[in-house]
Amino acid sequence: MTPVLKISGASKSFCLHLQGQIEIEAFSGLDFTLHAGEAVGLSGPSGAGKSSLLKLIYGTYPAGAGKVEILHDRKWVDIAAGTPSQVMDVRRRTLGYVTQFLRVIPRVPCVDIVAEPLIERGADEKTARSRAQDLLVRLNIPEKLWTLSPLTFSGGEQQRVNIARGFATPYPILLLDEPTASLDAENRQVVLDLIAESVAAGSAMIGIFHDADDRAAVSTRQFDISRARRAA
Amino acid sequence: MTAPILSCREVTHYYGSQMACRNVSLDLYPGEVLGIVGESGSGKTTLLKILAGQIEPTDGTVSFAKKGGALTGLHEMSEAEIRLLARTDWAFVHQHPRDGLRMNVSAGANIGERLMAIGDRHYGNIRASAIHWLEQVEIDAERVDDLPRTFSGGMQQRLQIARNLVTSPRLVFMDEPTGGLDVSVQARLLDLIRGLVRTLGLSVLVVTHDLAVARLLSSRLIVMQGGNVVESGLTDQVLEDPQAPYSQLLVSSILQV
Repeated sequence: MTPVLKISGASKSFCLHLQGQIEIEAFSGLDFTLHAGEAVGLSGPSGAGKSSLLKLIYGTYPAGAGKVEILHDRKWVDIAAGTPSQVMDVRRRTLGYVTQFLRVIPRVPCVDIVAEPLIERGADEKTARSRAQDLLVRLNIPEKLWTLSPLTFSGGEQQRVNIARGFATPYPILLLDEPTASLDAENRQVVLDLIAESVAAGSAMIGIFHDADDRAAVSTRQFDISRARRAA
Repeated sequence: MTAPILSCREVTHYYGSQMACRNVSLDLYPGEVLGIVGESGSGKTTLLKILAGQIEPTDGTVSFAKKGGALTGLHEMSEAEIRLLARTDWAFVHQHPRDGLRMNVSAGANIGERLMAIGDRHYGNIRASAIHWLEQVEIDAERVDDLPRTFSGGMQQRLQIARNLVTSPRLVFMDEPTGGLDVSVQARLLDLIRGLVRTLGLSVLVVTHDLAVARLLSSRLIVMQGGNVVESGLTDQVLEDPQAPYSQLLVSSILQV
């Protein structure tokens, strides 16, 4: 199997300057490799650093030490040492990140929010909108809401709009932070299907799923972050 | 990798003995929106004016790449060249529309003036461009002959943007573009600016003290405090995992709605 993501000796801690310089460690000396076509479910208790690991891979959290290498355009890019423009390019074409939280400009219609990643990659507006509409149908967002801003939607609807946006374009590597949290059974199944389809189409996935059944359903292997810590 | 469109190295500026900014270096890449955040008096606007060639820095260099050209220092250009850039390749959106508009000529004339300044003389074409740009910024074409002072604050700000974009600039400087607007107008303007950046491929430097505006508009952020750059990085990195003590204070001071 071809590796697409290699993390070696990564550590992350937070220094709270405003609260007496307290240092809080998320993890240290972490090694992890993700291969093409693999779906890894992150496990470990709350606070073990699962979300921090995803943010480290996405470049939102700078690493304290170690390397986070991503196969981008057949070349390895170290996110931990990359320039902002490199990281942005990796995010645009290689690395997708879906959370349960939607962050958008007020007053932009829901269908445009879902279509935006497609347009950014150069799709014409009509194709992008029709793909967006397909996803919204699948995720059970009623058609009468499509032209409205999702900020007025219920929590679950906002989450599904965000998932539709995350799956609008295919990414070689997908990071999923609790995409199924607080969804009803039917919608949860749709999201699990979307993930399975992406993996079948060749994406590699790392996901956090609170529900052990969900995790087992989509992952080909599990990674317990609390056991991955090396003695520093 | 593509070359920057605008670059500055070790820019320092003093107003008399008062330091306004110190040792600032930055690069702006084509198609990118870079936000400059920090509290009042941190040197944001001074830096923006230096980058836009309006103030000559006490020390350091600013370079700009003209269409198809290499980076050239502003200090190597004549004043006439810089003025021409300011009218063509550059746009400057002021916080207060009245600083960027002429309040006693019509909306259409405000837009047309920039075209005439670069030699356009065909009245029909100028009027057609003016109407086209009013529509781009969602102002009713029927208002083309009205004076800007009959417009609301939000409309004036959009008119200022139209006036700036009519010459197809490649680089836009914005100083608190949503500063004086009420929140509903602000949201619409943010959406408009984002759309224009994407469709026209603009490079933008935006100064704001509003971190929510910075988050929605910019892909990278620079945090300034007391004239120094204390942190820079991807917007989500700076806002979600700020490293410098001052950035942590700034982020933790955001009001939640």
